[in-house]
Amino acid sequence: MVLLPGKAKFKDIPVNQSNPSGAVYLCIEDLWKSFGSFVALKDISLNIYESEFVCFLGPSGCGKTTLLRAIAGLDLQTMGAVLQDGKDISNLPPSERDFGIVFQSYALFPNLTIEKNIAFGLENTGRSKSETAARVAELLELVGLSDQSRKYPAQLSGGQQQRIALARAIATKPGLLLLDEPLSALDAKVRVHLRHEIKELQRKLGVTTVMVTHDQEEALSMADRIVVMNHGVIEQVGTPTEIYREPASLFVADFIGEMNQLKATAAAHDSVSIGDASLKSQTHTFASGDTIIAAIRPEDVIPHAHEASSSDAPGLQDAQENTFEVMIAEMEYLGSFWRCRLQNAGFGDTELIADFSINAVRRLNLSENSTMLVELPQDRLMAFDYVEAP
Amino acid sequence: MTTHSTITHELPAGPVVKGKLSRDDIIMRACMGVIALYLVLTLAFPLYTMLSKSFSIYRVDLSQYEFQVSNENGQFDGTIVTGAELNAKTGVYTATDLSTSADGRIAVTKFFPDFSFRSPVLYQIRNAVPGGRFLVGSTLHNDTNWLELNSNDFRRVQLRPVKSTGLANFVNYFSTPALFNSIKNSIWISVLSTIVTVSLAFWFAYALNRSCMRFKGIFRLIAMAPILVPSLLPGIALVYLFGNQGMLRELLFGHSIYGPIGIVIGSIFFTFPHAFLIISTALAISDSRLYEAATSLRATPWRTFWTVTIPGARYGLISAAFVVFNLVITDFGLPKVIGGQFNVLAVDIYKQVIGQQNFEMGAVVSVVLVIPAILAFAIDRMVQSKQVASLSARSVPYQPSPNAKMDRIFFAYCTLVGVFIVGLLAVCQFAALIKFWPYDLSFSLNNYQFDKMDGGGWSSYFNSIKLGLLTAVAGTCIVFFGAYLVEKSNGFKTGRALFQMLAMLPMAIPGMVLGLAYIFFFNNPSNPLSVIYGTMAILVICSVTHFYTVSHLTAVTALKQMDREFESVSASLKQPTLKLFSRVTVPVCLPSVLDISIYLFVNAMTTVSAVVFLYSPSTTLASIAVLNMDDAGDIAPAAAMGMMIFYTNAAARIIHLIASRGILKRTQAWRSR
Ligand SMILES: Nc1ncnc2c1ncn2[C@@H]1O[C@H](COP(=O)(O)OP(=O)(O)OP(=O)(O)O)[C@@H](O)[C@H]1O
Ligand SMILES: [Mg+2]
Repeated sequence: MVLLPGKAKFKDIPVNQSNPSGAVYLCIEDLWKSFGSFVALKDISLNIYESEFVCFLGPSGCGKTTLLRAIAGLDLQTMGAVLQDGKDISNLPPSERDFGIVFQSYALFPNLTIEKNIAFGLENTGRSKSETAARVAELLELVGLSDQSRKYPAQLSGGQQQRIALARAIATKPGLLLLDEPLSALDAKVRVHLRHEIKELQRKLGVTTVMVTHDQEEALSMADRIVVMNHGVIEQVGTPTEIYREPASLFVADFIGEMNQLKATAAAHDSVSIGDASLKSQTHTFASGDTIIAAIRPEDVIPHAHEASSSDAPGLQDAQENTFEVMIAEMEYLGSFWRCRLQNAGFGDTELIADFSINAVRRLNLSENSTMLVELPQDRLMAFDYVEAP
Repeated sequence: MTTHSTITHELPAGPVVKGKLSRDDIIMRACMGVIALYLVLTLAFPLYTMLSKSFSIYRVDLSQYEFQVSNENGQFDGTIVTGAELNAKTGVYTATDLSTSADGRIAVTKFFPDFSFRSPVLYQIRNAVPGGRFLVGSTLHNDTNWLELNSNDFRRVQLRPVKSTGLANFVNYFSTPALFNSIKNSIWISVLSTIVTVSLAFWFAYALNRSCMRFKGIFRLIAMAPILVPSLLPGIALVYLFGNQGMLRELLFGHSIYGPIGIVIGSIFFTFPHAFLIISTALAISDSRLYEAATSLRATPWRTFWTVTIPGARYGLISAAFVVFNLVITDFGLPKVIGGQFNVLAVDIYKQVIGQQNFEMGAVVSVVLVIPAILAFAIDRMVQSKQVASLSARSVPYQPSPNAKMDRIFFAYCTLVGVFIVGLLAVCQFAALIKFWPYDLSFSLNNYQFDKMDGGGWSSYFNSIKLGLLTAVAGTCIVFFGAYLVEKSNGFKTGRALFQMLAMLPMAIPGMVLGLAYIFFFNNPSNPLSVIYGTMAILVICSVTHFYTVSHLTAVTALKQMDREFESVSASLKQPTLKLFSRVTVPVCLPSVLDISIYLFVNAMTTVSAVVFLYSPSTTLASIAVLNMDDAGDIAPAAAMGMMIFYTNAAARIIHLIASRGILKRTQAWRSR
């Protein structure tokens, strides 16, 4: 598919639709960052709420790390403000901000034992030796590594090192926890396991957390809200469900999950035309006759029992109530469902991809090179700006 | 509805966020400022002073003095003559006599042919213009009042030069063949030494890296041995072997070892380890996959050598060539000992300054010497940065396979080179231990009674050890801390770039030039820092600065391997950066820290060129003692002292090795799983 991200023109989704606990903890206002003539962050505004787990998600080079480092004060923004807990921290150095951070490399001090690594930030803070030791023990317990305290970082596995880095970052009970791709150095299995653990830990501690990732699964499974970024701008902010169900732009729709993209024309405010057929869609604001992309996720395509028997190649002309006949070009068994490539003259060369449950395939007796009826439900059919391939 | 279309992608105009500095930032910048100031005071200012000295012209302007002479009764008739008129009449001084140095003095009695210090004739003298200067005895007169003197006092009048700025010193230099011939001499012996040394070192390194011959470890040790002795020691050995009473004199077929032959052979000896090390590194990192490819293409070994080996090592070869060239052209000790009548630039500086007390001409020669040195240095840096770039793409080290014939040839070759190196050292040791070459070859320790010779005796040996230790300790602290600050502090880009430049500069400055610059800068009573002149402190400072660059680069390399987020983590935990430095950075970099100390110690023990202008009777040094005893004809004691330096440095290296091993062992828990 050679379509580029366009813009949503559906309905007004307030950028911060949900706010878990109400109080804004971190506020980013009109933030810009440039490296010489290259502008890496463009007018970023974002609120993060108390005790929230937010993921910055986006393709490589979109500016996630840059935004995180601006929040930490490690690389100051060029313009704009950052407020934490009501206090303007825009120009404060990292040491005067209140955060803990875990880097992709973990940056554990190699010559200090696990214990001493965790205790590093507890020293010179007015804690007695025994208080420090107790806190270290508590943290080791928390990350489940109590028996490793005397070891050096190099003697631990990647996942264990990751947890030590986390323990070190939260040792001083910072108000904000920043994680820059904390899981990307680990292998897949450990990763899935740690996702869960980190999320649990964050819930238990209630610490406001920002995590950078380019892995959509990670973001969907961990975040309370996801900030989708691209080319230095925020494309959308929302809960995982919102991001998935109501993508604000074709970029978001395409970046997260899968999305069928069909060239179409806008009709009335709640319908689109694909080929000759007019289909009901979500409401949109395109003018009638605009070339657009009609989009639907594969799992939203509804299979119907086949009634009419037509020997002709299926077309869209007899679409009724968003239901029409298609030809099953290919079926692929993916374990928990079947992925089907469906053809219809109205789609041109594009195939409609649909995921059907095993149950449905059996019930409807679907097979390759046969025809069937599918429905593109109105509330799942979206319209986006048409973007020509370069 | 999201309305991205309203977002402009241009940075809006307006003020840029200015970061507030943290306490750590301020401390680190202040510390960096202090170390930068150290470099400015011990490097930039002295060099600047020297440069301005080379453009300083001191001329006695005779037209600025007026004289009156009385009759026998002491009565003046009012006739006034200028010095210029008197000189025109008598022709006493030529123009060359009048362009003198800062210390130049011109007597005036010769202007008056009938002058006699017993005559009753009186004289009057004055400066015709303000700012003129003349001395009566040691009293300076620089006003325009007439001064009446009897003939006995008039005898003590001396005219002093006035200073101006210009190119006259350089004009003078380039119109004196005895001086500018040294440029040619210096360059051709450096080029010749470079070609021979690099070729020898290449095959030596090749044998050690690409063959399966035996005793590689021992050969490696032997190749590095010359680093442990002053560059003039091979000169002494060559005197014993090929000098006027040398055991192998006939091998020279009547040529004298004193001159280019001696300098080139000695230079090969003392530059060999440097070339070997660089080329060996270049060969070690080349990729074995290229060799496998060549083998699979059935290339002949000869073709493989030219298409794979040489291109792979070319940066190493070029770099080694420039390093050797630089070492030879800036070396002073060796040509001083064995150069004879063959003049080279480094020795010219010494002769001008110590022999003729002509500091301005010394400065001119220094400027001339700095130019090729800086060129060689700059090219070497360029080449090395290229090599670093190509290094990262490399992989799979080459594993040589046995080849009985080639291995035997390489072994024979390495043995020859080894015999050359060990032989020269052995000759010195042998000479040190016999009574009186060549007449009495019996064993004796007389030559170790340094207290009976010129050169400062045993105390110079202990001074050297003191200098070595102080340089190692002070230098390591300054260099490593400085490198840390410049590598790991935030922002402040221009400041850091300037610091880097300052840190690279010492390598381009020959020792002789640095030493002379120190005289100009520190031996100036109006400089408050002049209190350190003649003390051990100036020797330590000079050595630290002289050997700053290599130490700095070693530190930077080690620091670059540290995770760059350590500082970020430490700041987020609100811990002082200096705590991180002492608890993590220094312990992790300890092997490199030790490498820097041993490098500084060994070099401070062996250096001659930088300190030869700066030692005082209470701070004589072993390496200088070697030079001075050799100068005084006590060649055997000079050899003995040279070998003392060798053994001391060897012992220091062994201690360093043991210490490094011990530390690695103690800390290996965190280095490997
Ligand atoms: N110090 C810098 N100098 C110049 N450009 C930079 C610098 N740091 C980042 N950039 C540029 O800014 C953009 C955003 O970089 P950033 O590291 O924030 O990306 P990212 O979203 O974290 O990507 P990734 O997923 O690869 O980590 C990139 O195009 C990058 O090349
Ligand atoms: Mg990143």
